[in-house]
Amino acid sequence: MDKMKEVVLEYVIDEYIDEDDDEEVGVDSPLISSGIVDSFSMVSLKRFLENKYKVRLSDEEATPEAFDTVTSICSLVQKHLG
Amino acid sequence: MSNIGSYEKRLSDFDWGQARETLGWKDGELLNIGAMCSDRICAEGHGERTALIWEGFGNKSGKYTFDDLRLYSNGFAQFLKDQGIKPGDRVCIFMDKIPSLYFSFLGILKLGAIAQPLFSAFGDESLEVRLASAGTKAILTTKKHVKKVRKIRERLPELETIVVVEGNPSKLRDDEVFFDVEEAPKVDVFDVYKSTPETPSVLHYTSGTTGQPKGALHVHSSVWGQALTTSWVLDLKPDDVYWCTADPGWVTGTSYGIIGPWSLGVTQCVLDSGFTSRRWYQFIQDNRVTVWYSAPTAIRALMKDGDEVVKEFDLSSLRFLASVGEPLNAEAVIWSGEVFNGLQFHDTFWQTETGAMMITNYPGMEIRPGSMGMPFPGITACVLDLKTHEPLTEPGKVGLIAFRPGWPSMFRQYWKKPDIYRSKFVGASDDAMPDQLRTDTSLWYVSGDRASIDKDGYYWFVGRDDDVINTGGHLVGPFEIESALVEHPAVAEAAAIGKPDEVNMEVVKAFVTLKPGFEPSDDLELEIMNFIRKRLSPLAMPQEIEYMDKLPKTRSGKIVRRYLKALEWGEDVGDLSGLDDD
Repeated sequence: MDKMKEVVLEYVIDEYIDEDDDEEVGVDSPLISSGIVDSFSMVSLKRFLENKYKVRLSDEEATPEAFDTVTSICSLVQKHLG
Repeated sequence: MSNIGSYEKRLSDFDWGQARETLGWKDGELLNIGAMCSDRICAEGHGERTALIWEGFGNKSGKYTFDDLRLYSNGFAQFLKDQGIKPGDRVCIFMDKIPSLYFSFLGILKLGAIAQPLFSAFGDESLEVRLASAGTKAILTTKKHVKKVRKIRERLPELETIVVVEGNPSKLRDDEVFFDVEEAPKVDVFDVYKSTPETPSVLHYTSGTTGQPKGALHVHSSVWGQALTTSWVLDLKPDDVYWCTADPGWVTGTSYGIIGPWSLGVTQCVLDSGFTSRRWYQFIQDNRVTVWYSAPTAIRALMKDGDEVVKEFDLSSLRFLASVGEPLNAEAVIWSGEVFNGLQFHDTFWQTETGAMMITNYPGMEIRPGSMGMPFPGITACVLDLKTHEPLTEPGKVGLIAFRPGWPSMFRQYWKKPDIYRSKFVGASDDAMPDQLRTDTSLWYVSGDRASIDKDGYYWFVGRDDDVINTGGHLVGPFEIESALVEHPAVAEAAAIGKPDEVNMEVVKAFVTLKPGFEPSDDLELEIMNFIRKRLSPLAMPQEIEYMDKLPKTRSGKIVRRYLKALEWGEDVGDLSGLDDD
């Protein structure tokens, strides 16, 4: 799980945070409610998780709440991995 | 009693002078939107009334009176004047929904310059296209977004001034200026530009099927339409607390998120943070919002989260709900009535070009869920036959929504594109210029949307008449997406269409062929999606990419989006005789 958090956090930082941004983002930082990731961009984050972990996340599960932090995202993915 | 009272009576005795009465306007007063939304409200004795309740992410908040609006808009006007900005110059506002966005909008107008608000989620390519088109002279932005401006600045020779309005001034480059209006010395008196009714005010960019986005230019007299529709449709009264959820990067956010409510001296709230149902309901509860103007995409997202969430909050302050951006489906209207104490969302139809509401559901009128409502008094509307362009009289028959020109908030031109402006009018002569077209009441302005009218006069939306994609209430041009797609190293050719989506009505789907040496894969799909998201915007990002060996084309080589869209929507593909069957 810790490894997964590391991977997802790295992806979020690479894709959604500008290089020279001062913003500190950790595994429990809000992503959706802070506006770092908007509802349209959430689709690409979901696609990344599906590609990387070979899971299928339904729209019912992929809610703004479930995607709000790296920790909650990883919990969701972990459920599918069993 | 609603402000509009009887719709039928308003129809029978309407004239646009009623906008002046609504505003208490006297002959000889200065018609400048910036001053009307701030100085004028203060002069009427309401300077201490709250104008803006603002909340950002992370417990940031602020409350500003109309006198604050007056001072801070003066501050921006004076600052820009000192920077050499002159009346008629285009000044872009490129920032999130922070208070300075609102202050600077009014300040630009007070100076007589043209406000060019752009959605802050635009990537550098979307930004560049719009700044280059407008010949923008100055841009106001924030530390967060200035990086996108830096990437394109060298290619924008007309852009002389870059202003960063918040953040750390020490991190700016030498050619950037820092200005925090709340920290700067207060400017109590500013000599507001003596605008006329036809002085340009706001330039909003909108997408079409072909070519790059076009700038729809509005003027200061648009306020008559915006104020009167705000009063009669949104039913705003002096003691209301109003929440328009739109971003001023789009026309709703300026017409009804700034000009309409503030010209009437009404308190409004702004929430600048990401969307979650609980956050939105909490915001309504905390601020005792009474009138809420939102968008179908958000309403459907709230609906998806269910009724139980609604019950966690006290939303009893709400008294009127309205919606704009795309047709509001009947289920959403009915659902809102069930969960918001019997209040149903009133759908409103208009567009960037119209500047104000055109066809809407009114307070006190029977809502037919799924209908757009009826034309606003003073607006002559019809649906035109798809082929003959004659007005249809038969109920239920689908045609093009059209309006007689001449309403106050109508756009006056597409920025430096008179031919495209002319093409929007049925019956226009080949050499007619914008000033003639907008006043010729023998013409029809064609909106680009299709609808039917039932026997009682209610309008029912059918869809776009072109290939423009309406996603989350925003129009996205397929050409802009396709142009960006082929800039990706792997993409040879591309076509973009809208595909049906439960929440956003449509989302972008792209069809691509790959260059030799590239193979289709899920990872490549994600890479292309992110490429477009960063270049253009999250709205323009394809949510699905289909790899093809070749794209359907006409014999002259033009990609046939119509064919791809029909397949995607499960519709009849129509006449294929023009397709290249090679």
